Parts: sequence; structure tokens; C-alpha cells
Amino acid sequence: MKFIDEYRDPKLFNWLLAAVRKRAGQLNRSITIMEVCGSHTNAIGRYGIRGLLPENIRLISGPGCPVCVTAIQEVDAALFLARQPDVLFASFGDMLRVPGTKRRSLEKERADGADIRVVDSAVECLDLAQKNPDRQIVFMGIGFETTSPAAASVVKTAKSHAISNLAVFSVHKVIPPAIDALLSDPLLSVDGFMLPGHVSTILGTAAYSIIARRGRAGVITGFEPVDILEGILMILEQIISGDVKTEIQYRRGVKEEGNPAARRILNEVFEPADSHWRGLGMIPKSGLVFRQEYRGFDASIRFDIPAFDSQDASGCRCGDVLKGIISPPECPQFGSACLPRNPLGPCMVSAEGTCAAYYKYQ
Amino acid sequence: MCIAFPGKIVSIDDNRAVIDIEGTRRDAFLDLIDEEVTIGDYVICHAGFAIHKVDEELAREKLALLRELTDHEVY
Ligand code: SF4
Repeated sequence: MKFIDEYRDPKLFNWLLAAVRKRAGQLNRSITIMEVCGSHTNAIGRYGIRGLLPENIRLISGPGCPVCVTAIQEVDAALFLARQPDVLFASFGDMLRVPGTKRRSLEKERADGADIRVVDSAVECLDLAQKNPDRQIVFMGIGFETTSPAAASVVKTAKSHAISNLAVFSVHKVIPPAIDALLSDPLLSVDGFMLPGHVSTILGTAAYSIIARRGRAGVITGFEPVDILEGILMILEQIISGDVKTEIQYRRGVKEEGNPAARRILNEVFEPADSHWRGLGMIPKSGLVFRQEYRGFDASIRFDIPAFDSQDASGCRCGDVLKGIISPPECPQFGSACLPRNPLGPCMVSAEGTCAAYYKYQ
Repeated sequence: MCIAFPGKIVSIDDNRAVIDIEGTRRDAFLDLIDEEVTIGDYVICHAGFAIHKVDEELAREKLALLRELTDHEVY
């Protein structure tokens, strides 16, 4: 496939690996690089990159999988919405097995009779709304900046077409405040960030200025093996030279200025609000809520969602995994009480989840 | 969920393009893209929307540079 196969070229890969090894040898210490994107976690596992790197380069995974960072309260609220008798609940497939309190999930609600449909795009909800005029379509609005502009665009279309039986339950999250929160965590020592390719397609480089200000390297990296090694090499070069900044390795997917048109649509419909992340807790301005003019589409206003006594599964250490404090195999439940087909925590669910990626490729 | 793919635009009807990904056709809405696109352009698509036009020239140059480095074995 064009723009993919070239970046799987073994010759380029091996050359970059040799370059990374040589550069790592010039460091007289160990460094930690955090990837903040579930697709990186998956690709690193798939191509066995962690095992190929020299010992003094440690790769850890951060809070880059949207279903993993969704707070348990948000999962419980989604389950509540899906159970409402007049609701047709539309969700991306990744969300279906994410456990809420007492290991309930959308999949289990569906087995018990809830009308839950898997969609690949928020656009499908417009169709669902028109074909089911007697139902309330509730879309689970989840994801980072790659995904949230699409939800915003669909809401704008629904408004201009006066579609009134569509609402969005927005648990969207915004990446830069989470990176800021991680940088403030004294337990975390990260030397450089492998920044998410497609989130940055929208954001560009400016959103990450905090990273260099805190003296850390940052490289926006693509998802093929050659991209990942080149990203690591660029991070190493920054660390060795001391000249830290936000660079783009993934030029074919990201412009310096990002995608201002998508950001405009996003900002027209949503505004930032404090949000609760699994593992990281409350982070200021890290979520998205509807602006005044669009509140009619807000499922959390349209429905009376009660407060839940939400509880994370006991023994699940997803929070520590998402902060890179432990790697999945260090969790006692990993591979025993917690397996992809019966996950205890959300990090074991999605293909982008750190625990699931480790389990699959270990 | 955040997976996005490059695909080639094969047709455009108003704000709706059809893209080809390795022989598979998919709809890609153009509401979020910030540049003019035409048939034959490559766009990165995510969850039913085109979010970026690939600058083919830039991609080719960058890859050529990397290939040149490997040929000269700087490392
Ligand atoms: S292995 Fe399972 S229980 Fe342990 S942290 Fe990961 S998701 Fe949670």
C-alpha cells in the first residue's frame, strides 16, 4: 500500500536500528521514552521493537488509548444511557467490552436487551436518526483530537438539518493537558515523548510547547516500523545535543500548523472542561463539553444521569500502566485473572490498550 | 480506534469522497479537510472523514533522503 509499504522496508529499518544503537552507545546513561498513542504501543509490540533496542533505551506506554483512559464513572453513565428504553446507543466497537463497575459492559447490556449498534463513524448516526424517528440516538463520543472533530462536524450537520433525535455523550479527551499532568508527576521520569501521529495531524506542533519548556524531547512519529525507529533516533539526537523541541518525523501525515479547519469546527461545537482520566485523575481542561449553542445535543443534559457509586475492578493496575509506572506483566492479574477475552480492566480490551498489546505480542 | 489510513480519492460528490485503500472502497467526508482535494490525491482518513492531504512531493523527498543516507552508511 502506498505510503505504508515503503516504511516497512527492512533495509531502512536495519540501518535505523544500527543508528539508534550507535547513538545510544554515546549516551552514558539510561533514558526513558514514552509513547502517548495506543497505535504506537500496538506497532512497537507487533514489530518487536522493544526487544531490539539497546538496554539503555526503555520504552514505556502512556495514556494513549481512549477507551483505557475513560473514567469508570463515564463507562457506568454510558451503560445507563444504553439501557434507557427509547435509546438506540451507537458506539465504536472498541468500547463494547470495556468493563464498568461490577464488570458490566455494553456487550452485556446488549445481551440483556439494550439496543446497541457498532458504528465505524459518527456520520452513521445521522442515518440512524433519520431511519429511526421514534428513537433517541445516543452516540458515545470518545477519542482524542483525531476523532472529536468528526463528532463536532456531525453535530453541526444535525443542527443545520434540524435532526432532533440525536445526542452525543461526550467523553472526548484532549492530549496536551494530559502530557502536562504527566510532566508534573514526580514519580514519572521521562526523557522524551514519541508524540501521536494522527492527533498531531489536527493539532500541529504548537500544542506541545510545554514539553520542550520542561526540557524534554518530543517527536511526532508515524506508525510504521521505519517511522518508529526514525522517531526514536530523532529523540536520541535531541537528548544528546540538548536542543529539545517538538519535531515532526511523520511529515507525510502532519503539518507544522496541523489542521486549522478541523480545529475550527471542533472549537465551534465543543469547549474544554475539566475531565477525569482513569489512572491520572482529574486534569484541568482535558475534556470537551458542548458550547451553549449546541447543548441541545448533549446527552448528559438531555437525560437525567444519576450519580453512580462507581468502582474500578479491585486489583487492576491500569492507572499505573497508563502512567508508565509499571509495565503490564508486573500486574499480578496479567494473563491470569485478566485476559483479552475477559478483561478485568480497560487496558486489556482494545487493540490499542497497553496490556492487550503486551499480551498479544509477548 | 485512532487508526487512520492513507487512501486515494477516486470520486468526489459535494462533501463526500470515495477513497480506495488497496482495492477497498470507502466513503470519506471532506468537511474537516483544510485543503482543496481532487481525484487522485492521497488523503489520510479516520473514522469516515478525510483529515489530511498527503503532500506526495514532500513524502518522496524525505524518503529519498533517508535512502541516500542508508546507501552512504553514515552509521
Ligand atoms: S493486566 Fe488487566 S488487571 Fe492488570 S492493569 Fe492491565 S487491565 Fe488492569
